[in-house]
Amino acid sequence: MLAMLAKEPMHGYELRARLRDALGPIGEAMNSGQIYVTLGRLEKAGLATCELEAGQGPDRKVYEVTPAGQQRVAAWLAEVSWPGPAPAEFHLKLVAAAAGRLADPVAIVDAQRRELLRLLRDTQQAALEELPGTDAGLLLEGAALRLQADLRWLEACERHWLGRTGGRS
Amino acid sequence: MSENGTLIRTKGLRKEFGKGEARVRAVDDVDLSVTRGETIAIMGPSGCGKSTLLHLLGGLERASGGEVELAGTRLDTLGERGLARLRRTAVGFVFQAFHLIDELTARENVELPALLAGRSPREARRRALELLDRVGLADRTTFMPSALSGGQRQRVAVARALSNDPLVVLADEPTGNLDSAATLDVLRLFGNLHRDGQTLVIVTHDPRVAATSDRLITMRDGMFVDETRLTGGTRGNLGALVGLPEMNG
Repeated sequence: MLAMLAKEPMHGYELRARLRDALGPIGEAMNSGQIYVTLGRLEKAGLATCELEAGQGPDRKVYEVTPAGQQRVAAWLAEVSWPGPAPAEFHLKLVAAAAGRLADPVAIVDAQRRELLRLLRDTQQAALEELPGTDAGLLLEGAALRLQADLRWLEACERHWLGRTGGRS
Repeated sequence: MSENGTLIRTKGLRKEFGKGEARVRAVDDVDLSVTRGETIAIMGPSGCGKSTLLHLLGGLERASGGEVELAGTRLDTLGERGLARLRRTAVGFVFQAFHLIDELTARENVELPALLAGRSPREARRRALELLDRVGLADRTTFMPSALSGGQRQRVAVARALSNDPLVVLADEPTGNLDSAATLDVLRLFGNLHRDGQTLVIVTHDPRVAATSDRLITMRDGMFVDETRLTGGTRGNLGALVGLPEMNG
């Protein structure tokens, strides 16, 4: 959420609309209460500030990311641990990075791919050391298949964001 | 011999197809250096030029520009006969569709390159049996390709690629037609070759293959866009990966 906000100061309802755009039907389940609770927490943590905006309408609070918040966003974008981020979190990372021009989403995908390939290499080496048919080999096969699925999804992310950003120069 | 163990070197390598408006740069200004004994994987979306690059490295196609050198010999300036000889003796190819000759047994398929390179039938045969043993097919030497599984066929193809002790094995989607178990067999085989000091350049879509390399190159639109060294273990993360709780102390 903080990263979505990093693009520019915005109202809570704008933020909710952006999240809904990025998440599609999955985002429908999020109600505005959750958004405001989270914004309140971010404010308390010193990562975002809130200002009352003069004017009409029920929602006049404009939220903005603080320098500490910006740092947190940058660290989050660079983070590559796995299976830490679930698909939605990684997806939002790319959406937020592209929307706020915080980072090149394709570069984030590349960094994540490097990390997953290292993990796959280790998994595979462990699997190759096991004799075929052992219990441990089966567990490693599960880990390898999961990483492969993640890597295939990263390929899809790459295609999508390459098309969106018109490729890298 | 090239300096400091460099086996393959390209400089500003280019390959274009078509003319005028329809011209496509399949390989665009590629600088690559491969050290002896290194395993390199090249990944990238379909049509990114990775197979074309492999063909240029193995002398299967001629470059449109730039230099390509194998063990100190410039392929781009070599005549047709020289190139053909180099393909036969210095390079071993492995393809996705195996490309075995259906009418010949496993052993005869592996013998063929040695015979073409001028070795005696007896020597070619000895070598073929040795290689088939090395790829774990000592008991399949008299089988026709049609009687072998996909994984076994690919292992015959790898044995054939090794027939003339090539300086480098170039593999194009070697596991593209294989199931998970057969893929693991081929990866195990590549791992053994790597340990024995064989230089390997593998073009692949398969992350499992890419993950076995020392160095991974990502291509897009004919260019290298990313290069990663995969060595340096992170074994510690495997526990977390399979969902084991963290253990302290």
